[in-house]
Amino acid sequence: MSASVTRHLPKIPLERRTLHWGIGAGAFAYFVYLLWLFDFDRIFTGLPKLWVIVRLMIDWTLFAEWDHAELIHSMAETVAMAFLGTFLATVLALPLGFMGARNIVPSPVFRFMTRRLFDGCRGLDQFIWALVFVRAVGLGPIAGILAIMVAETGILAKLFAEAIENIDTKQVDGIRSTGAGRLAELRFGVVPQILPVMISQALYSIESNSREATILGLVGAGGIGLRLSERIQINAWDQVAYVIVLILITVAAIDSLSKWLRLRLIGGPAARG
Amino acid sequence: MTAGGHTLQLFEQRFGALRRARRTESIMLFVILVLLFAVSAVWTDFSPTQILAGLPRIGEYFEKLFSIQPGRDTPPVAVLSWAHVLGGIKEPQSIAYWFYRLDVYAALLWQTVQMAILATVLGYSTAFALSFSAARTLTANRTVVFLTRRLLEVLRTIPQVVLAFIFVWPFGIGPLAGILAIAIHTTGALGKLFSELNENADLRPVEGIKSAGGSWLAQMRYGVVPQMLPGFLSYGLLRFEINVRSSTIIGFVGAGGVGQELKRVIGFNIYEEVSAICILILLIVIAIDLLSARLRHRLIGAL
Repeated sequence: MSASVTRHLPKIPLERRTLHWGIGAGAFAYFVYLLWLFDFDRIFTGLPKLWVIVRLMIDWTLFAEWDHAELIHSMAETVAMAFLGTFLATVLALPLGFMGARNIVPSPVFRFMTRRLFDGCRGLDQFIWALVFVRAVGLGPIAGILAIMVAETGILAKLFAEAIENIDTKQVDGIRSTGAGRLAELRFGVVPQILPVMISQALYSIESNSREATILGLVGAGGIGLRLSERIQINAWDQVAYVIVLILITVAAIDSLSKWLRLRLIGGPAARG
Repeated sequence: MTAGGHTLQLFEQRFGALRRARRTESIMLFVILVLLFAVSAVWTDFSPTQILAGLPRIGEYFEKLFSIQPGRDTPPVAVLSWAHVLGGIKEPQSIAYWFYRLDVYAALLWQTVQMAILATVLGYSTAFALSFSAARTLTANRTVVFLTRRLLEVLRTIPQVVLAFIFVWPFGIGPLAGILAIAIHTTGALGKLFSELNENADLRPVEGIKSAGGSWLAQMRYGVVPQMLPGFLSYGLLRFEINVRSSTIIGFVGAGGVGQELKRVIGFNIYEEVSAICILILLIVIAIDLLSARLRHRLIGAL
């Protein structure tokens, strides 16, 4: 049966088929080369050691002796860092977003510069910014907050600028026709249209930044990451597992909270204007 | 007149009530935000004075970047002029001079990109394999769906830098630990996206193959995969962009790539090298984003 089906299929030309096989073989060869380049055979020597670590991780017999107060304090600090960083970034990104939008600022040179500024903030990872700010303002959560702020400003400003470019101009025209000033035009013509985007984006950012902020402590920028790195360095694997579980629980809690808030603020009948 | 006046009054009344309700809601939201802000600020010792104290040190960075120290004990002299900044590689502290170890950085950046390629391929394959049993519409067994989904959730929630830090112990310092960490995270993230795509798949081809006596594997291979391939590939490329960023930082915990070098030069305060590496990372990230956006558009058009 299958032979009769194949006979009716359109025939792919031989050179096309050779090309496809060639590309496939090349990709496969490159993949094997990469495996060789990065010593993938070390996996087999490493796996038994990983198994030892996993076994130590699930042994929680000393649970009562761990410093729970310190860990939970750091976890709360992480969430506070994420909130503050995102909050400040939202506040900063709003005017920057206006400056980067084509329909608000007609000058292409100015817009090009603001857009590249966003790219610069966004292109470097939060983690690198944290390292830079640790040198500038010292160890502690402030470096983390500033790192989140700078990286997030780049992301949010770009999104806001795009949202502003896509607004419906009729509302703005309406406000203008009443003889309102430029500021009133922005406030009542533009802001109400982008507010839902802003709120949902800001909530989503708080969510993702609380994930990201858990690692900022690894470079000394405050939060749970510092505790985690201390415990990894002294090979206290049981506590490492505990901290990871704490992170998983916190992130899940924030996810559901922000989902609820988003529905409440945007989806409900009390959608703000 | 009276009827009209009555309606107007009613309107005013309702409008006023609505406005007041809205205003109270706004004020309450504002108060909650301010409270949250205050609590967070106290919790993290966030104060403007500390930031202001740190700002001069950012200035110091640029000052050092654009000044030369003629002798060992002489104070640095600022050299800020276009002729100098754009001067050749022999001119100390000119922009070309920052990149005096370009060959080393280029090799490290290439390694970083290759790490991202391998991690994406590995994560993509695993996510592909797991995505069918995580889709509710395709797998009848509820327990399998539940377990696969929870597994994917755990894989993507553990921060990859933490994972890399842990992997450095069993697998040794080097790119391998980083690749594994990124691959695991990619599996979790892509697995979720793929399973959502699978759930939106048109089930008619699947039923067709089922009615012809095809096994579950055949149903997935010939019923679902052809519909979903453009989506899978485009998500995979997007993930590759993210993974390039991740592999630039994964070196901070000793897991390979350009991050290791960046950590070293920041630690030693070699400002011109910090600038050079940051600029190179930015360039490579932007280049990969553009390239992958191009490829994605072509793929979506071609398939």
